[in-house]
Amino acid sequence: GGGGRVPCCAPGRLPAPQPPCFLPLAEVFLPEETHGAAPVDFLQQLPSYQSALRRRATAGGGTQERRAAPQGPAGLRAAAGLGPEEEEDQVAAPTARECPLSMAEKRRLRVNKQADVKHLSGGKQWRRTSSKSLKKVLSEVKEFSSYLKLWRHDIHSIEGKFGTGIQSYFSFLRFLVLLNFIIFILMFSFVTLPSIIAKYGMFNSSFAKIPPKNIEPHCTVYEPSGNKGLIYFYDYLKHLLSGTGFLEETSLFYGYYTIDATWISIVRYNVPLAYLLATFAYLALSLIWIISRSLEGFKQNLVHAEDQFQSYCNKVFAGWDFCITDPNAARLKHRSLRYELQTDLEEERLKRKIADRTTKEKLRIYSLRIFINVIVLAVLLGCFYSIYRATFFSQENSNGVSNMNFLVNLLVQYLPSIVITTANIVAPQIFSFLIRYEDYSPAFEIRMILCVFLRLASIGVLLFSLWSQISSCNTDMCKACGYNYELYPCWESQVGQEMYKLMIFDFIVILAVTLFVDFPRKLLVTHCSCKLLQWFGLKEFRISDNVLEIIYGQTICWIGTFFSPLLPAIATVKYFIIFYIKKVSLIHTQKPAARPFRASSSNFFFLLVLLIGLVLAFVPLGVSIAHIPSSKACGPFRNFNTSWAVVPHTILEFPKPLQQVLYGIASEAFAVPFFMVICLVMFYFIALARAHKRVAEQLKEQLAMVRFDPLFCTPKVFFVSVIRHAGKQQFS
Amino acid sequence: MGGSASLLPREALGEYQELTFLTKQEILLAYKRFSELLPKEERENACSARVPKSQILTLPELRANPFQHRICRVFSTSGNGDDSMSFEDFLDMLSVFSDSATLDIKSHYAFRIFDFDEDGTLDRSDLEKLVDCLTGQGEESRLSNAEMEQLIQNILEESDIDKDGTINLSEFQHVISRSPDFVSSFKIVL
Repeated sequence: GGGGRVPCCAPGRLPAPQPPCFLPLAEVFLPEETHGAAPVDFLQQLPSYQSALRRRATAGGGTQERRAAPQGPAGLRAAAGLGPEEEEDQVAAPTARECPLSMAEKRRLRVNKQADVKHLSGGKQWRRTSSKSLKKVLSEVKEFSSYLKLWRHDIHSIEGKFGTGIQSYFSFLRFLVLLNFIIFILMFSFVTLPSIIAKYGMFNSSFAKIPPKNIEPHCTVYEPSGNKGLIYFYDYLKHLLSGTGFLEETSLFYGYYTIDATWISIVRYNVPLAYLLATFAYLALSLIWIISRSLEGFKQNLVHAEDQFQSYCNKVFAGWDFCITDPNAARLKHRSLRYELQTDLEEERLKRKIADRTTKEKLRIYSLRIFINVIVLAVLLGCFYSIYRATFFSQENSNGVSNMNFLVNLLVQYLPSIVITTANIVAPQIFSFLIRYEDYSPAFEIRMILCVFLRLASIGVLLFSLWSQISSCNTDMCKACGYNYELYPCWESQVGQEMYKLMIFDFIVILAVTLFVDFPRKLLVTHCSCKLLQWFGLKEFRISDNVLEIIYGQTICWIGTFFSPLLPAIATVKYFIIFYIKKVSLIHTQKPAARPFRASSSNFFFLLVLLIGLVLAFVPLGVSIAHIPSSKACGPFRNFNTSWAVVPHTILEFPKPLQQVLYGIASEAFAVPFFMVICLVMFYFIALARAHKRVAEQLKEQLAMVRFDPLFCTPKVFFVSVIRHAGKQQFS
Repeated sequence: MGGSASLLPREALGEYQELTFLTKQEILLAYKRFSELLPKEERENACSARVPKSQILTLPELRANPFQHRICRVFSTSGNGDDSMSFEDFLDMLSVFSDSATLDIKSHYAFRIFDFDEDGTLDRSDLEKLVDCLTGQGEESRLSNAEMEQLIQNILEESDIDKDGTINLSEFQHVISRSPDFVSSFKIVL
């Protein structure tokens, strides 16, 4: 009928004829059932075959599988599930709401199921009711927690007006706000709070500063230029913007935590160990959280070899965002879909042409590519070198002379940040221009890779430049300390200051670009009808560029938190404000990009780049903690060679057996076999995945053959298929 | 807000929670929006009233949707073919399009929505109409014939496993299960 529904979970006639030779999976596996065809014995090696065998044996008879299962996988599962009651332990019977039926039919189904339940034993009934009530409680909790979600309404309205691509950017921003807030809570409660309590003597606490032994006295001199004398207002502002002066002595920076042991009431609190462990904890927390969020996208990306995001089926069947409510946005979406489909079809035609390229043309293209890649490499190296020199210059000139003009001083302090930001604006434009000539396929987003690399490597170059200055030792006195004690008596604080400056400058740039570039541009475009301006148009909201911007800020935060424990709080506030800035800017001054970025690939892409940023943050932190000697003039690690040394020192105080276990785990005798076992497990899974993929390909081929090959079909079924085929040809 | 809660009886609310993927708040919001579509005198028994298709299409969630007519046709249980929707049809629709609906249900209903001639398979004419819906309704926004042919060829190549020139439900569900964007785009939240 017109409004009829396909009954699921029950045998019945279907509204349309389905290919009758669609053999259910179990039929293909089990050789006894096939009609004389060559047994597919390679299939019997697979674990999935074994489980199908087990399931079939307990299902008691092949009647359920023999039914043509064109209802799809759900139908097959349902068919297998609604048999005798013993089956429900193996295959979960679909609940009423998982069946594609109208409400009245679902109600009838539920009533029938409840009638069946009465036949169960008491134990099973109790299990069923308890699982049902558990599910209800879980759904209530989920509903409640969805209310607590920040910006739920804002993101929902953005989704309605701009689609899921841009909404995913704002969801990502929300995730970062939450992540930074949790990191801040972690560092504050384990590091800052005990230190403040100890320093102010609250709750009957006290702290001790143990002077380091065996250290030359000149290494321990540290005089932060604090509130000495009269301070002018612009000095105050300068200190606020560059983290020097009064800010250097606060709990914002590493230097404040010059505490070696504290007693809160009578409990001894090991501040150095807590500092190090809190650092590892926030890194581990970030890693686990990001990985758990990206698991879905990971599976899609790794399992399927072909480029799924460029597949036509994905673009056509999942192309329309059903959440769009605004007619203007719908019009834009239609346009962008058409543009995307047309471009892809055109590029496919181009690809076919490329495959017909002669050797001479190929040679030309490859030599052109090599030439352009050399230029790109040169541009990258140029950027890195300028960042390196700028950091050098900034460090040399900002430490001494204090009679410089206020603005010039600020400029010199911020020089590395300015150079990094300039490089990150100019270089991508150069790359876009050059890459056009390289004639890559559109799926290969090389510009993206280059921009990611540039952003994250800039921070690395800056830190490398700082370290080379910190560790540069010419005199003997300097070698005794292990670092350049004259310029950097408390080098961790100064690294923290650089990170602080980077973060503040990043925020100022985002604010300034929105206020002084986007809004005037919108005003000009709407009110001035000059042809050139109209061609420029409004700025496009490019999701990938915006995402890279915030990932850059997050990487700075991760690296900087070790040197400046309150930095995550600043990051939280910064991203909170950026949300509103971006939202207002998007709604009033920008338009969505013509070439859309696919939503879920966006999610996976964001998290992947964030993960790369996190892993990249491990490297400088690892070097700082384990390699460079900690400063002897400040900080909780004064009495240790390096910051890491506090861990072996603490282990020495453990009881002997525990010490031996820990040494055993860290030794080669354990690590090498462990590594080999992990490799074996990985190879096993890879081999299994490959086998499954091969079987899938072969099954697909069989499906195509099955329609016509009389060996695979019974005569009756073959007849029906031939008639249907002939009928179609007659009517088409 | 409190008034609508008292109009929907509690047992009905619990039953709808079990039979759909919607949460309690979502059902109440749906009830409120549904009764706003009815004329004032019929709002008392909104549970049993039917809303004509023209009224349903004034909802912002549907008015900009190129598949609005198909959605109304698929979810309507009206016997006389006028595609009017009752409250339960409305809830069915929201349940399928909600966040927590399973991929199976979504792909099943997507198949039915895309099956314009309702013959149980997606053949060439269905795919053509589908692409036309995506690119917009105007004459100038359609793809050219050659482009349409190339596109449909590619789609069938990717999804038609048994090479019969049409996509049946299993093939559709198979290709959807590998589509990374489907779950996030096939979603309507009031």
